[in-house]
Amino acid sequence: MSFCVLLLIVIIISMVYFVASKGVANFVSGEVKVSEFLFGTKWSPEADTPSYGAFPFISGSFLVTLLAALIASPLSICAALFMTEIVPGWGKKLLQPVIELLSGIPSVVYGFVGLSVIVPFLRDTLPGQGIGVAAGALVLSVMILPTITSVAADALASLPQNLKESSFALGATRWQTISRVILPTTFPAIMTGVVLGMARAFGEALAVQMVIGNAPFVPHSLFESASTLTSVITLGMGNTTMGSPQNNALWSMALVLMLMTFVFVLLVRMLERRNKI
Amino acid sequence: MKPRTANKIATVVIVTFALLIVAILVSLLGYILIRGMSHISWDFLTSAPQKIRAGGGVGPQLFNSLFLLVLTLIITVPLGLGAGIFMAEYARPGKLTNFIRLVVEVLSSFPSIIVGLFGLLLIVNTFNLGFSLISGALALTFFNLPLMVRITEQAFRTVPKQQKEAGFALGLSKWKIVTSVLLPVALPTIITGTILSAGRVFGEAAALMFTAGMSSPRLDFSNWNPLSPSSPLNPFRPAETLAVHIWKVNSEGLAPDALQIAAGASAVLVLTVLIFNLAARYFGRFIYRKLTASKRMS
Repeated sequence: MSFCVLLLIVIIISMVYFVASKGVANFVSGEVKVSEFLFGTKWSPEADTPSYGAFPFISGSFLVTLLAALIASPLSICAALFMTEIVPGWGKKLLQPVIELLSGIPSVVYGFVGLSVIVPFLRDTLPGQGIGVAAGALVLSVMILPTITSVAADALASLPQNLKESSFALGATRWQTISRVILPTTFPAIMTGVVLGMARAFGEALAVQMVIGNAPFVPHSLFESASTLTSVITLGMGNTTMGSPQNNALWSMALVLMLMTFVFVLLVRMLERRNKI
Repeated sequence: MKPRTANKIATVVIVTFALLIVAILVSLLGYILIRGMSHISWDFLTSAPQKIRAGGGVGPQLFNSLFLLVLTLIITVPLGLGAGIFMAEYARPGKLTNFIRLVVEVLSSFPSIIVGLFGLLLIVNTFNLGFSLISGALALTFFNLPLMVRITEQAFRTVPKQQKEAGFALGLSKWKIVTSVLLPVALPTIITGTILSAGRVFGEAAALMFTAGMSSPRLDFSNWNPLSPSSPLNPFRPAETLAVHIWKVNSEGLAPDALQIAAGASAVLVLTVLIFNLAARYFGRFIYRKLTASKRMS
């Protein structure tokens, strides 16, 4: 049994080691400067003087992630409140399976639905081609709904009953109780859910790749094509030669993704610690 | 605004948003199933895909997905059980245990594409296994293992303490308690969790694109020799799964009926995941009744 645990540690150490060693190859060999990679806005690896600015992709990843969290969080928190505070009986019976089913739908299916429903809808109603940041953010927001909702619902359900009762005893309405007592108390726990959802959105590859358009520019509006780190890696990894500077630049992006995962895990841990007190 | 009015407005908003989520799921499932079902036929499920012509099926892809799932579970279930039992029953609280917990947490939050890339680097290139079913299964192991560990650990922790103490009082050894007292009680939860995680593995695509590959060789379903390159059972052949196929058809499909194929394949994928969900519930209850004296699951 200790072998199984040891295996886990070996896996993670080798994972970090392999991705990091590939990811820094370009910086070590002097092919690309770290600052150029992180902040350069020009991505043209096949030009005569190639430039490997990954800023459009990094900013694209952050943009869709934040947008998705902004759309999904209010919806999820309301769903959690519905399940625990408004109609705890049938509300939970109705929403629990919905949340479980939503989280079970594979990401390529979300991508397919985004491509065949959301993109044409955006194309017909709003300016632009339909594919773009808005479509990506919408697809992602549905994908992260279950994560945020289930964490928020757990947090709300574990709240001591007497907190609520004393608020009601003071004559507060339900909304006053929710907004002044329940939400402030559970704020760190709900934020944990939001961060977990953002982590999922940041790392999601295929669904975003299908609807975002994959243009290597920083978008000027929400309805323009853009790229994320994951979408560029998905498309580029198979078409570049292993060990070439272009391929190594993709590995650097993977390293950025990995580092962001650590940041998200760290954030979750900090929030959980705050939640305990 | 009066508090009572605010209360009413807030309630209406919350209820609307909650019902909106239900509406999203219903329309999502409805759309996938209605669009896809009309395209599903026995022929679609068994025939091979066509590159440029219309009328291709998803037979090999479906088989690959199921075979890959079985391979992955064969590897992850014993490992996950071992590590989970260790974490729940044997690990003493301390720095090392905290570190292992962190490892499990980080591993389970890694994006699947990172897992795929790592698989590409280590399994496909360094171990030289190439784009193959076994590479895919190993990548899915990295993906699924932390999940299994968590499921097992949680299942063991929810067993009432008294049952363990009763075992000790009878003078049983720790190993005997784990295998004959705790495991039967924890098993239904573990099985439910395993089937649910199988649903996730079944729909996984990003981790497989770089490990199991994006093509499937011509398969001869009458050839059951696992070492022959055209045999469906050969674990060293490249294998495109259903989820990867949906992605490929959507982003670079050339067949004129690519959208219908994607719709049909999506419906198959979602239906399978739904079946996994139902099976998880049913099996969990069934096994619990078989293994323990209780007649009802609480």
